[in-house]
Amino acid sequence: MGDAAPVDAALDNVIEVRDLHKTYPSGVTALRGLSFTVAAGEIFALLGPNGAGKSSTVRILTTLSAPTRGVARVAGFDVVEQPQQVRRRIGYVAQTSGVDPLITGRENLELQSQIFRLPPETAQHRMAELLALFQLDEVADRLVKTYSGGLQRRLDIAMGLIPQPEVLFLDEPTTGLDPQSRAVMWQEIRRFAGRGLAILLTTHYLEEADQLADRLAIIDRGQMIMEGSPEELKGSLRGDVISIELSDRDNIPEAQVQVGRVEGITRVLTDGPELFAQAGHGASAVPAVVGALEKSGIDIVQISLSRPSLDDVYLSATGHSFRQPGPIAEDPS
Amino acid sequence: MDFLRDTWYLYLRLARMTRRMPIFLVLSIMQPVLWMLLFGQLFRVVITLPGFGADSYIQFIAPGIAIMTALFSASYTGIGMLRDIDGGVLDRLLATPVSRSAVVVSRVLLAASQVMLQAGILVLMSLALGARPQGGVLGLSLVFAAAALLAAALAAISCGLALITRRQEMVIAAMNFIILPMTFLSSMIMAPGLMPEWIRAASRGNPVNWAVVVARLGFEGQISTELALNLAMLITFTVACAFFATSAFRRYQQGG
Repeated sequence: MGDAAPVDAALDNVIEVRDLHKTYPSGVTALRGLSFTVAAGEIFALLGPNGAGKSSTVRILTTLSAPTRGVARVAGFDVVEQPQQVRRRIGYVAQTSGVDPLITGRENLELQSQIFRLPPETAQHRMAELLALFQLDEVADRLVKTYSGGLQRRLDIAMGLIPQPEVLFLDEPTTGLDPQSRAVMWQEIRRFAGRGLAILLTTHYLEEADQLADRLAIIDRGQMIMEGSPEELKGSLRGDVISIELSDRDNIPEAQVQVGRVEGITRVLTDGPELFAQAGHGASAVPAVVGALEKSGIDIVQISLSRPSLDDVYLSATGHSFRQPGPIAEDPS
Repeated sequence: MDFLRDTWYLYLRLARMTRRMPIFLVLSIMQPVLWMLLFGQLFRVVITLPGFGADSYIQFIAPGIAIMTALFSASYTGIGMLRDIDGGVLDRLLATPVSRSAVVVSRVLLAASQVMLQAGILVLMSLALGARPQGGVLGLSLVFAAAALLAAALAAISCGLALITRRQEMVIAAMNFIILPMTFLSSMIMAPGLMPEWIRAASRGNPVNWAVVVARLGFEGQISTELALNLAMLITFTVACAFFATSAFRRYQQGG
């Protein structure tokens, strides 16, 4: 029996990021003061469009890149001061595969076990376990270059789990997969999550964060926009979202004013030819919205009512839709 | 020691990849054999030139071809490194506690061992064609050592260029740019006595020539101060190249 560990709230956080800044030698600034924590056993998602700083964050936390400023600790160790300690305790699944295509799946796992100095019996045992978990048994002795995208992604994750890490980094785990493989991957991630393993997941799929994450942070242009559980974030919008599509884009400003005047509407946002109106009680506000627009002679193509999604949370926080990051919407040329 | 164990594991990975390309292996083994035949035939008469100072061109050129093989085989090692960079293999390795030096050293060792294999085939071939190594086991070891050292040096340069430029085209262009001049500014295929004065002068500062001198004197069994001096310069050059590759690697890691 070892000594009882002192009770310390900070010890429960396997990732602590404080005021992280990153500017690359090329002058590109990827992170502007990002802070967050991830608790042991938690699935935490960094959600944001391409270029938001997700991968830069992961590269700093996995010791591949040094922060320009700020502090990051993983599994209790500083990523800059004690990188070897960090590397022993993490699994990293990068966006670009990272498994060697010219050797077999089993040989990749063997090499990973050797690098982490697993005793041979432990290595054999763990490899068998992971091959079974990810249903890779049948293809284990084939060259990885013959694998489908989904198979390769599963091997990537198995590689990350070989050292039994305290933290697993999954950088865009389902990007490039078809919807069916994506659903399978989500199931598998849920299956090995828990058991004390914390997962930091980055994604630009709202649905993915919604499905998998216990907690998530929405980041945009290197900064945290908001943070909480998917339910908390959606709850923060209080009420429903009425989406209105207009036939004529030119009517948008006028429509925004008219809809804003309707009783019960708390906020109106626009994105392209669409208006998004937040309402405490959507069902009773819809007739009034339709009436107000008709009176002003504005044609409606479609109107729908929904509970807020993460997409609406994002729109509300950043003022631009998730699928169209700011600069693209501002500059159509 | 972690460095040695990791080097061995990573070396095995590369060796496996190579073994799975039987055609590559056949081509690499055939390459020195083919050169030996072609050069041996084309330049057969040069030994009759006054001042050449050798009795058999095969005898003269065998150690030279061993060094030529090292040049041409090891110079493109960086391309494999680039494949690891582009495929994310390098980053995945760097996120593990693997020894950083082992990542580069394993590649350099693979290049050196491939060249040793080629040199072995070449020596057997030259024996069959009538060459007679006079230096015995020590002499032949010197041929192998010269080829392996030069191969390691060029593999290190190639990896360093790959890490700095990150472009396959740049690695190929830069290596092609230096290979041929280094070949011809040496006594690889021509006796020093018949070289123009300026080439003979240039060859004294050419690492390829140092390797040729070590290999040829070893093959001929002329263990001398000249051999020792050239071997020392060759070793220094290889160490310097290793240093270049290591600092390029450090730069790569800091650039992330």
